Amino acid sequence: MSAFLHMGGYAAYVWPAYGLSMAGLVAIVLLSLNARRALRRQIARLESPDGEPTK
Amino acid sequence: MNETALPRAKGVSLANPVRFLGLSSRVLPVLAVSAVLCLGAGLVLALFVSPADYQQSEAVRIMYVHVPAAWLSMMGYSLMAAASAVGFVWKHPLADVTAKAAAPMGALFTALALITGSLWGKPMWGAWWVWDARLTSVLVLFFLYLSYIALWSAIEDPVRAGRAAGILAMAGFVNVPIIKFSVDWWNTLHQPASIFRMDGPTIPAPMLWPLGVMALGYSLLFAAVLLVRIESEILSRRLRGLRHRVARAELAGPT
Repeated sequence: MSAFLHMGGYAAYVWPAYGLSMAGLVAIVLLSLNARRALRRQIARLESPDGEPTK
Repeated sequence: MNETALPRAKGVSLANPVRFLGLSSRVLPVLAVSAVLCLGAGLVLALFVSPADYQQSEAVRIMYVHVPAAWLSMMGYSLMAAASAVGFVWKHPLADVTAKAAAPMGALFTALALITGSLWGKPMWGAWWVWDARLTSVLVLFFLYLSYIALWSAIEDPVRAGRAAGILAMAGFVNVPIIKFSVDWWNTLHQPASIFRMDGPTIPAPMLWPLGVMALGYSLLFAAVLLVRIESEILSRRLRGLRHRVARAELAGPT
């Protein structure tokens, strides 16, 4: 296990490369889903029967 | 069936945002699940199954996150430029929307390619960065994405913004073949193409498979997020329309 984490002495390069890549992928997924959810909520509010945005 | 829809060509039916949303809601779960499965399998293959390189030792594993990001940075730009061209010529309602939705992901993948490349370059070349043709042209790609995004946010009217940003996307496409062939045209530290070449891949199968699975996972994720972002763009235009209607109703007087 520690040999695996050591990455033949390249741990300082391999792990940041994987960490940043996966963090980037997760971030774009969450940001995109959040943006869509926010838009859906705003539209639902405007299309609600009384038509007035609730605060 | 709607009479007015009949004379249209079959492929044009997707132009209808409502139909797009219907199709997207069915395709998206499949894309999302297969993206997660491929990325999971790809990570296991890349970190545990694939062998260390005889020259680069374990540092070669950076390839499995660097190369897919770099591929998608160029595929994303090509998609953006092609969609812009369709929007420019045929005024297809979803074309500019697609191009706009692709841009932030393209920028992300370009940034990841640059960062992971830097993390690979330091131990292998002894430098975080060199101003050679490949690295410089990819940096230019990153700035093209940022300029494209900035143009969209600078112009309020979506039709005019789409046209201006589309022209930038199409003109900037000249950079994509420059990136691809930069390693052949100029002297560089960056290695030449080892997968997409006329005489077939030159890297061995135990490394090719993990790379393929990772690249597939990245592509599926790109497609899934692209659909979500296109949906958001359609929703934000609907919201814009709703707000205009509400504002007009308020101007007309109290109800």
